[in-house]
Amino acid sequence: MLGEGILKGLTETARNFLGSYVSKDRLTTIQFPEERLPQIEATRDFPFLVYDGTEWEAGLRCVSCQICEKECPPKCIYIEKSKDKKPDATGKLQFYPTTFNIDISVCMSCQICVEVCPFDAIKMNVEFEMSSEDRFGGLLLRKEQLAKSNEYYNKIHPTEATAVDAALAEERAKAEAKARQTTEAKAATPAPMATPEAGETK
Amino acid sequence: MSILTETPIDLVPGPSSDRSEGQLLEVSMGPQHPSTHGVFRMDVTLDGEKVVKLKPVFGYLHRNHEKIAETESYLGCMPYTDRLDYICSITNNWAYALAVEKLAGIQVPERAEYLRIITGELTRLQNHAGLVGFLMQDMGASGTPLMYAFREREKVLDLFEALTGARMMCNYMRFGGCRVDVPANWLQQAQKVIDGFPQFLDEFENLLTSNEILMARTQGVGVVTREQAINAGISGPMARASGVNYDLRKVDKYGIYDRFSFRVPLGEHGDVYDRYMLRALEMRESIEILKQAMRDLPAGPIMDPNTKIRGFRPKAGEAYGRIEGPKGELGFYLISDGTASPYRYRVRPPSLINLTLLEDMCLGQNVADIVIILGSVDIVLGEVDR
Ligand code: SF4
Ligand code: SF4
Repeated sequence: MLGEGILKGLTETARNFLGSYVSKDRLTTIQFPEERLPQIEATRDFPFLVYDGTEWEAGLRCVSCQICEKECPPKCIYIEKSKDKKPDATGKLQFYPTTFNIDISVCMSCQICVEVCPFDAIKMNVEFEMSSEDRFGGLLLRKEQLAKSNEYYNKIHPTEATAVDAALAEERAKAEAKARQTTEAKAATPAPMATPEAGETK
Repeated sequence: MSILTETPIDLVPGPSSDRSEGQLLEVSMGPQHPSTHGVFRMDVTLDGEKVVKLKPVFGYLHRNHEKIAETESYLGCMPYTDRLDYICSITNNWAYALAVEKLAGIQVPERAEYLRIITGELTRLQNHAGLVGFLMQDMGASGTPLMYAFREREKVLDLFEALTGARMMCNYMRFGGCRVDVPANWLQQAQKVIDGFPQFLDEFENLLTSNEILMARTQGVGVVTREQAINAGISGPMARASGVNYDLRKVDKYGIYDRFSFRVPLGEHGDVYDRYMLRALEMRESIEILKQAMRDLPAGPIMDPNTKIRGFRPKAGEAYGRIEGPKGELGFYLISDGTASPYRYRVRPPSLINLTLLEDMCLGQNVADIVIILGSVDIVLGEVDR
């Protein structure tokens, strides 16, 4: 019968219209910004720099190796490496970036910088309300705007951050153990001659 | 059709005014026309309501993709492929990864292959759902079908976001596997979406398939014959709607597609209605594949441990990797000269090649039909212009 298909379709629209009052699955929109969807954990948009401790400048993990600058596909990272070294959060002497800029109007949120960074120094942020009228003031992020604490990182990406923290702690423990071993070995090197066992094996 | 093309149409200095049966009118549809997809322009010459000539004009979104890729590292090209057909970033990643894997002879672990199939078929689902919605919008069904389709597409995009971090620019695949493994609960969520999808399809088809207006507008419109489709090198749902049995998932069996049982729907008439129907049927087959893949997903690594991410330099050589993208055969042709960036990088975009038949489909049709014919081809300008 002509018109049957249209009637059938109308029952579907009615089902969806009425259903939207009872089932969330049938709702097409939410009232942003009053209503917000929960943040999905893996979400990423623009990179930021992680620092340990409370002082952002002293705690930056970045050692200015410039790998991310080289690997970034649209080349939107600009780094100037320091001439001197200064102690990082663990007290080891490291180079640091005197300038670290990311032009987020060029950045395409690909997170390749995160993937290639050997020091877990750069991670992806989730902040998206960043519209600005000022292209260079608002969208060219400098070191001080990029620096975010490790707590912040733990807050936005808990699972990932916990894994990173564990890996870093393990690495540090290993490095410390190795350092202890070498100092012990150093202290022990002149000793063998004097020890009785050494004498016996001779 | 043939009578009209017999008299040569002289467009310079403009439509002549002395034709006894009336004037020809030249209309420029696009690039800012609300009904074209993306920034696509058509120079249409009309005799009354009938199309007598159509000249597609594209290139407005040209971004130099292929040349940029020649200056990037192999890894650096991957996020750019997301931006080709920006509706289906994961299948673009897949085709590129496949080409590089062929070039360098990389093996992909089992679990990664399954994840590729799962994400790839989810991509097909959301592409086809979105496309049918847009097609109805083009036809004048303002909003309703598109809204329902997008509601379902959102659910798939949520899955992509939870897995890869982005809804559309997923950048998910790597040479030798996938970038990240599924997070906790992801598989349950995905199972829920997959289980809910057939119900949506039933409702969607109730709404559309037997609708008389839809049938009147689409049946017999924009016909592509089997011969035309083969001669023009059309692929994907467009070709299958014309009855060409050509699906790379069956022909090439790339990845592990030979392990899944699914059917390839074929059209009979090659008109807009068949193209709509074919997509609806393909979505159901995709759900079948997804169910099997979710059931069989093995544990294990997701990356080939011998593949370096940085400083990747394949041996000199060439390779062509192709997959059955949601829009058709998507291929990447790479030549390596042993350095860190491809020497030549070429994309075979299904949208562009499917678009070559546009004029043949439109000649003799009404103006209003151009819009739905274009809609049924399923183009994304990011891929056409590159
Ligand atoms: S962010 Fe990482 S990769 Fe980039 S310069 Fe700093 S340490 Fe190196
Ligand atoms: S996310 Fe991608 S584009 Fe943005 S800074 Fe990192 S590497 Fe560059």
